[in-house]
Amino acid sequence: MSNLLEVNGISKKYGDFTALNNVSLAVPKGSIYGLLGPNGAGKTSLIRIINQITMPDSGTIFLDGAALNSNHIKDIGYLPEERGLYKTMKVGEQALYLAQLKGLSKSEAKERLKYWFERLEIGDWWNKKIQELSKGMAQKIQFVVTVLHQPKLLIFDEPFSGFDPINANLIKDQILQLRNDGATVIFSTHRMESVEELCDDIFLINKSNKILDGNLLEVKRQYKTNTYEVGIKTNTKSELQKELSEKFQVTPANFKTLDNELKLNIKLPEGDNPNDLLSFLTTKGEISHFVELIPSVNDIFIQTVKNN
Amino acid sequence: MNHLPLIIKREYLTKVRNKSFIIMTILSPIIMIVLISVVAYLSQLNNDKQRTISVLDESGLVEDTFEDTENTKYDILQDITLNTAKALVKETSNYGLLHIGKLDSIQTEPAHLEFYSEESPSLSLISDLENILEERLTDIRLQKEGVDIEKIKTSRAVVNIAQESFEGKKTSKVDSVVKLIFGGAAGYLLFMFIIIYGNMIMRSVIEEKTSRIIEVIISSVKPVQLMLGKIIGTSLAGITQFLIWIVLGGILMVVVSSVFGIDFAQVQSPQQQVMQQAMENTEVNMMVQDVLTAFYNLPITNLIFAFIFFFVSGYLLYSSLYAAIGAAVDNETDTQQFMLPIIMPLILAVYIGFFTVIEDPHGTISTVFSFIPFTSPVVMLMRIPFGVPIWQQLVSLLILIGTFVLIVWFAAKIYRVGILMYGKKPSYKELIKWIKY
Repeated sequence: MSNLLEVNGISKKYGDFTALNNVSLAVPKGSIYGLLGPNGAGKTSLIRIINQITMPDSGTIFLDGAALNSNHIKDIGYLPEERGLYKTMKVGEQALYLAQLKGLSKSEAKERLKYWFERLEIGDWWNKKIQELSKGMAQKIQFVVTVLHQPKLLIFDEPFSGFDPINANLIKDQILQLRNDGATVIFSTHRMESVEELCDDIFLINKSNKILDGNLLEVKRQYKTNTYEVGIKTNTKSELQKELSEKFQVTPANFKTLDNELKLNIKLPEGDNPNDLLSFLTTKGEISHFVELIPSVNDIFIQTVKNN
Repeated sequence: MNHLPLIIKREYLTKVRNKSFIIMTILSPIIMIVLISVVAYLSQLNNDKQRTISVLDESGLVEDTFEDTENTKYDILQDITLNTAKALVKETSNYGLLHIGKLDSIQTEPAHLEFYSEESPSLSLISDLENILEERLTDIRLQKEGVDIEKIKTSRAVVNIAQESFEGKKTSKVDSVVKLIFGGAAGYLLFMFIIIYGNMIMRSVIEEKTSRIIEVIISSVKPVQLMLGKIIGTSLAGITQFLIWIVLGGILMVVVSSVFGIDFAQVQSPQQQVMQQAMENTEVNMMVQDVLTAFYNLPITNLIFAFIFFFVSGYLLYSSLYAAIGAAVDNETDTQQFMLPIIMPLILAVYIGFFTVIEDPHGTISTVFSFIPFTSPVVMLMRIPFGVPIWQQLVSLLILIGTFVLIVWFAAKIYRVGILMYGKKPSYKELIKWIKY
């Protein structure tokens, strides 16, 4: 069983509005799975269906090989984007309550809470009320509550919003640690740099439809254009550019250099070896840059959403 | 997984520990007792005040009939004119002047009867004076006709019809009053309970929405479970508060009345006064006995069971509606448009209870409204002391429970969709759409 979660042909309508249209996805076990899409694309609807908050109109969902049912509640940890805690309840009491709702016994929950509070350096907040804490502090508590029952599947919706860079980094490390300990993570965000950094797989949804999914590197390979960024020191800039333009598709590039180089993006035809270009260029001058342009998730996102 | 007990416990503890809840619990009976004490004290003051009324009897017929009572003294003026009497009364600051005009030679009764005073006198004072005069003048007339007044007085009969049902139950006039008090108390209690704690449930649902914790919670529990947990937890907190009020109120009442000597029986409602007047003819001994039989005649077992069932189902019916409203809106100010349809049937029920049921407990209107589910808890509870056939109670209860199940289903639908909706205030049309989701 290599996939922890399999979603097959899910559709969901709210009245006349279609939130999800025949969406399928597979989340490999032990991966961090990026769920991307513009606002209103259907991400939250999908997450709510996986959490059994709402029911799909059609389609099936399997978690760890079994059709999704109410026993799976304890196997999923969910940190929603719209989050909050009971403001007037004390931190410890509240965490215990939420943990018990996830099926932990009181003593077990207490023990684990102590461990996690130490791990995130929040030990002395036990008797404080949520309304006395800052937003970032409350977010930490919420994170602990989400992961406390050691779920197989963790769903984080914008987990870093509201954190300062230091705490965001702390949470990021915790997510990676949890993945290494065997948890599978679904990660929904608009922050592409964190997708780049964390995700093994991505899933892109737009206007209720899936537009692409798969391993991040494979997706990138698929979207790469065999284009190289080149910087070369030469006295005959215009001649060289003209010469290159005859052979390849060439556009001027813009990047920071120390000298006054000729800067170009050169797109090689399918199947061409970049070594040939490189050895040709070495005869023309001193090369300061030669880099393959790998599409960023951001580029892929914008490109596919616009084309859709 | 059944989380209901956990949710109930949390709801209960949060409510009970809440500062404003604690303050309300302690303060309300104190405020009530203070208010009652003030009213009792004031009415005592009022009763203690002695009034002096001057009487100028130019006919000479009635001046010896005025006897001083506890609150009223009569000052009989003689051999002065009306104008001097008026000036005199004004000067002495007596309450007022009763003037009985001169008799002409042919007349046998005074033609002029007037009362002069600074402020307009109370109705009861005037009618008291009229009674005294009427009695005296009737006596005079009778004497003129040659009737022996002593004979009339001794032969006056006191009649008290004993009532008995065909089944052999003895009843009395006091019965209806006792029944009324029981039914009224039960109906009113339910009404208050729904308004106070229904609102509390609604607020706690809204709080969950505004604090945005709702999505976390319902990824662990079913919305219906959460809703029921809230309703039950809040109701238990309500019962706790009610019990504390009763105990605290009782203790305070005893303390206040023994320390300050305020007699709470002094606070009389108009009904009580009417009741007392009705009983004036009955001897005290018999009255006590009547009250006891009245209690005895109440269908106690029926009353207790009916109270529990109708109270619980009626309360749950309304509180699930309150929960649904709380789920549909974002903040309390948006609840107004949805409150009216809830409050209307409740107020209607109380009005029907207090006006129609009292008049005719088994009339068409009372009977019909004791079957309609939204009014039946209050109206039926008020009817039952007067004796309602068991089959009627059962049918009404079944209708109520059926509606309750339907409403809970409907409320749960709205609740399930509503708790995840933010931003705009929904219309009725949208609510209906939510049910179809």
